[in-house]
Amino acid sequence: MGAEFVQLSLTPLLIGVLAAVACALPGNFLILRRQALVGDAISHVVLPGIVVAFLITGTVSTWPMLLGASGAAVVAVVVIEAIRRVGRIDPGAAMGVTFTSLFAAGVLLLEQSDTSGVHLDVEHALYGNLESLIWLSAEGWGSLLDPVALADLPPELLRMAAVALLISVLMIIFWRPLKLSTFDEGFANAVGLPTAVISFSLVICAAVAAVAAFDAVGSIIVIAMFICPPAAARLMTNRLEIQVLWSVAFAVLSAVLGYVLAGYGPLWLGGANAVSAAGMIATVSGVILAITCLFAPHRARTGTPKGN
Amino acid sequence: MNSAVFELYRDEPPQAASPLAADVPLSIRELTVSYGEKPAVLAVSATVPPESMTAIVGPNGAGKSTLLKAALGIVPSLSGQVLVYGKPLSQAMHRIAYVPQRASVDWDFPTRVIDVVLMGLYRELGLLRFVRHQHKEKALACLHRVGMADFAYRQIGQLSGGQQQRVFLARALAQDADLYLLDEPFAGVDAATEKAIIDVLKSLKAEHKTAVCVHHDLSTVTQYFDHVLLINVRKIAEGPVASTFTEENLQKTYGGRLATAHIDELKLPEPQR
Repeated sequence: MGAEFVQLSLTPLLIGVLAAVACALPGNFLILRRQALVGDAISHVVLPGIVVAFLITGTVSTWPMLLGASGAAVVAVVVIEAIRRVGRIDPGAAMGVTFTSLFAAGVLLLEQSDTSGVHLDVEHALYGNLESLIWLSAEGWGSLLDPVALADLPPELLRMAAVALLISVLMIIFWRPLKLSTFDEGFANAVGLPTAVISFSLVICAAVAAVAAFDAVGSIIVIAMFICPPAAARLMTNRLEIQVLWSVAFAVLSAVLGYVLAGYGPLWLGGANAVSAAGMIATVSGVILAITCLFAPHRARTGTPKGN
Repeated sequence: MNSAVFELYRDEPPQAASPLAADVPLSIRELTVSYGEKPAVLAVSATVPPESMTAIVGPNGAGKSTLLKAALGIVPSLSGQVLVYGKPLSQAMHRIAYVPQRASVDWDFPTRVIDVVLMGLYRELGLLRFVRHQHKEKALACLHRVGMADFAYRQIGQLSGGQQQRVFLARALAQDADLYLLDEPFAGVDAATEKAIIDVLKSLKAEHKTAVCVHHDLSTVTQYFDHVLLINVRKIAEGPVASTFTEENLQKTYGGRLATAHIDELKLPEPQR
């Protein structure tokens, strides 16, 4: 656990943890607002957005990709809202229709365009490339203090750190309006809170987290982290403040445990190759949810009236 | 049954005519709201007199809750004007407390009773001010007024429907408003809660405050309220309960839907048989 760890495992681990936390934080509110599928929808529509951005600019550099993905996320949110209102169907169904057809369109576009020269394919979109985000110039823990080595950190790490920090800070500042409008939108309106703006901003936050995480860890983790850690956290407590802390703890645990198990688990079992870290992280988060469903203290919330 | 009979039973003098605009808690002019093609509320004008207990009464789908929400700016209105103590809503929001329908929120939400009441202090606390001892004391005092102080640290999902309604009322009390707008506060509550709510509303009146309730239980209108607004998409009548809550007006409001049997259930004065 020395130089090799810092060089090969430290940055993927950190990126995995930051991505998991950035998605789990807004996930808490999305689930309470019965909008859990929004995260799912956004992480799927990122693919067509990126492909379109590639077709227009001809490169896979960061900014065109981020813009394309964000643009697609906004288009998806508008389309979902339009289908819901015009078609008068259930929001869940509207989301399902939107993200599956946009994702499928993205796959078709990808197949039809010449992406042989760049690292852009469906597999990448699903699993990301967490294992490849290594820190080549690191020579040990000392590199953390070496400006030359630090300059060579994978850009995904800084991007993910910035997004995770931004989302945490926004959540702390706007905690009260967010909680109030999630619990009781009518009352929030009546005290003068712009509930439509809050609701839209939350979706945008989720979109930013999804887009930033997508590139590094792929959409499987994004979908899992929006839902599994907050859902498991809800079963641990009856207070939103504590639920959010639990969701962060579960997100970190999934990322670390998933990364380690993906790298070493198959070897322990006698297998030859490591498995996808993204897949394993998502699996671990699912297992955590299953365990909390069975053993967590507040899993049996009946809400039964206790008489008067 | 005719209106003259009611006169014997009224215990409030008629409201004084046209008080100053700045004293009128709520004045609605030609308010129209529509969710789709059909209007939910059509050109309703109404004046809530100061220190009154006003009931908004009408059949299901008559636009009672919608009228209240539109007056608060929660649902957009197509046209019309709302004045709160003579001022536009945006300048007078701090004088209003709102109690939404109990069923409009998810009571499985992970929060405690006292946290819900503290939401009523949002204007005081703002984004980042810490909840201090004085804020908790105030929230507890409001819970005490509705008889729920012992439940302050319970999760809200553990409460009965009536207890939930009282928590909502406590949150409105924490807002320290002058005008209280309540959407069906008596819907599906137990007798103890009904009494607790009525006691609070009476104490508000004694503090020179005004309450407006969307109300569906015709049998308690004369008992609880002194002013009534009858609507069925359009306004049918408004005025003191004693002179306005008449069989004739109720028939106009409910049309064929108010069966004779239903009228018999009302605790209205009956002529000698």
